Amino acid sequence: MQKLLNWVDERFPLTSSYKAHLSEYFAPKNFNFWYFFGSLALLMLVVQIVTGIFLTMHYKPDAALAFASVEYIMRDVDYGWLIRYIHSTGASMFFVVVYLHMFRGLIYGSYRQPRELIWIFGVIIYLVLMGEAFMGYLLPWGQMSYWGAQVIINLFSAVPFIGGALSEWIRGDYVIGDATLNRFFAFHVIALPLVLLGLVAAHLVALHEVGSNNPDGVEIKKLKGADGHPLDGIPFHPYYTVKDILGVVVFLIVFAAIVFFAPEMGGYFLEANNFIPADSLKTPEHIAPVWYFTPYYAILRAIPPIFGSQFPGVAAMGVAVLIFFALPWLDKSPVKSIRYRGPKFKIALTLFVIAFIGLGILGVLPATPLYTLISQILSGVYFAFFLLMPWYTKNDTTKPVPERVTQ
Amino acid sequence: MKKLFFLLLALPSLAIASGAGIHLDTAPINLNDHGSLQRGARVFINYCLNCHSAAYMRYNRMQDIGLTEAQIKSNLLFAAEKPGETMKVAMRTADAKAWFGAPPPDLSVITRSRGPDWVYTYLRSFYRDDSRPTGWNNTVFDKVGMPHVMQELQGHLAPVYRMEKGEDGKEHHVIERFELIKPGKLTQAEYDALVGDLTNYLNWMGEPAKGDRMRIGLAVLLFLGVFYVVAFYLKKEFWKDVH
Repeated sequence: MQKLLNWVDERFPLTSSYKAHLSEYFAPKNFNFWYFFGSLALLMLVVQIVTGIFLTMHYKPDAALAFASVEYIMRDVDYGWLIRYIHSTGASMFFVVVYLHMFRGLIYGSYRQPRELIWIFGVIIYLVLMGEAFMGYLLPWGQMSYWGAQVIINLFSAVPFIGGALSEWIRGDYVIGDATLNRFFAFHVIALPLVLLGLVAAHLVALHEVGSNNPDGVEIKKLKGADGHPLDGIPFHPYYTVKDILGVVVFLIVFAAIVFFAPEMGGYFLEANNFIPADSLKTPEHIAPVWYFTPYYAILRAIPPIFGSQFPGVAAMGVAVLIFFALPWLDKSPVKSIRYRGPKFKIALTLFVIAFIGLGILGVLPATPLYTLISQILSGVYFAFFLLMPWYTKNDTTKPVPERVTQ
Repeated sequence: MKKLFFLLLALPSLAIASGAGIHLDTAPINLNDHGSLQRGARVFINYCLNCHSAAYMRYNRMQDIGLTEAQIKSNLLFAAEKPGETMKVAMRTADAKAWFGAPPPDLSVITRSRGPDWVYTYLRSFYRDDSRPTGWNNTVFDKVGMPHVMQELQGHLAPVYRMEKGEDGKEHHVIERFELIKPGKLTQAEYDALVGDLTNYLNWMGEPAKGDRMRIGLAVLLFLGVFYVVAFYLKKEFWKDVH
């Protein structure tokens, strides 16, 4: 066995990679609840890819057959319903996990120097994931698939001058049709997953290069023992592998409860209207995107059109997502973790969370004048969190950061 | 976390995308009541499956609700030759459009888009309305193209109006109650029970795997529960030397 391993090691960095990324990758020993979501996001990626492969074996990317093929999977394919529910629940749970993972970054300053690139790769992953989810949502070819895609693709037609041509180029037709479904299928099953895998690899390589942050925001590599390992570090394997297994089991309990007992999740994971085949002549009474897009949808609707053009709203929505890229440079605080930050940051973060969740709720409700006003206020709070950050983080009263991590 | 949870609870349910403000009766759904499901299947095939298809549903799937293939073949197979076929109808879409204004929708997953309560209430809410081409209207689905197919069973209901001031300050006709102007073969309670069976069947047909789903789900959760205990002590054992 050792001989075989030596043979491989002379030709491929197997043992050294195993050490660098698992058995001798030293992670801070004080990871808490919030640190489960990175490995859970990886788990979700694998689950989506595996279930997706099996769905592809039976799904038909054809406007005339797509809806029926999904019902065929639900009825006639052995355990097809299970694979499909895991995939549809997985889409939503992937976003739950990713949002909590991003929130962890926010509270403990994981985006700060020297982890800016990890954060940037992460934001790109988030963007690609949005595209992946959006294109996947068209595939069941139900009413909400069709009209949701209609609304989102029409956003591109709000771009001045080239908008009309641009949205037509995306659809591959004057209306959403077979051509759109086929290209979305191609992007959903191969193009974007490939990009995602590459980005996730880059995200992890960058992380393992600089090492993980922790709830105290102290750099554990500064203090090393006689053996050259960080004093507050423990090998990822076996410590965090066994701990993550625990996290995975708890997560799977929630996941299985949804898949088996509430796969529609009250209409949030599978919308009632999506059990009606796509009909280009019948617009549903109320079109709302899936829940993970609703904060941005609310921002879009909050911004009034200028000279009859929806472009300002569309631009605001785009900026709302892209502004995450600037976070490492907007934060001027001398400390990373919320544990040592002052009241200004804590208030700002609380308001931001309220704004994000509030916008998410408003995004599924019909736009009444009152709701639009609230959306406008919350959009203001959303952007203020980022734009005022240099000011309130610099002038905050921070607490001294300890040398070593605390328990 | 707790706060977040309660915020989520406060979200409105999007389950059913029907019009607002219509009161819906609760459908008597029971997936374990095979008698009710079988009666519902018979009503469905006799009354619905002439205009409405259930094109994703195979006849032989009804073995899941306690029927044998022979029973399905001799009692329920009118529009198909083999029990493995799906429930299609002979009516052409173009004809249907000309006759009813809109082609009758496929009913395979109707309870998943409308909800069983909507279906249960809708099928009991037809009333005479001479202003409609079919002579029928419906309180749940105004100006519906579908006539009252089960009128021979329920009989004819006619609305009794009263005047009410609307939001715009004008007087409007509002339906106060219904009068049975022509009795059907069934009493009101019998008809309600029949529609209840039918709705139960439609709901089962919307997701025939639901029973399996619940059974397997229970086993999966039990397994994960046991796995949790193992994982918990495994973690504890490994972490006892971390200080």
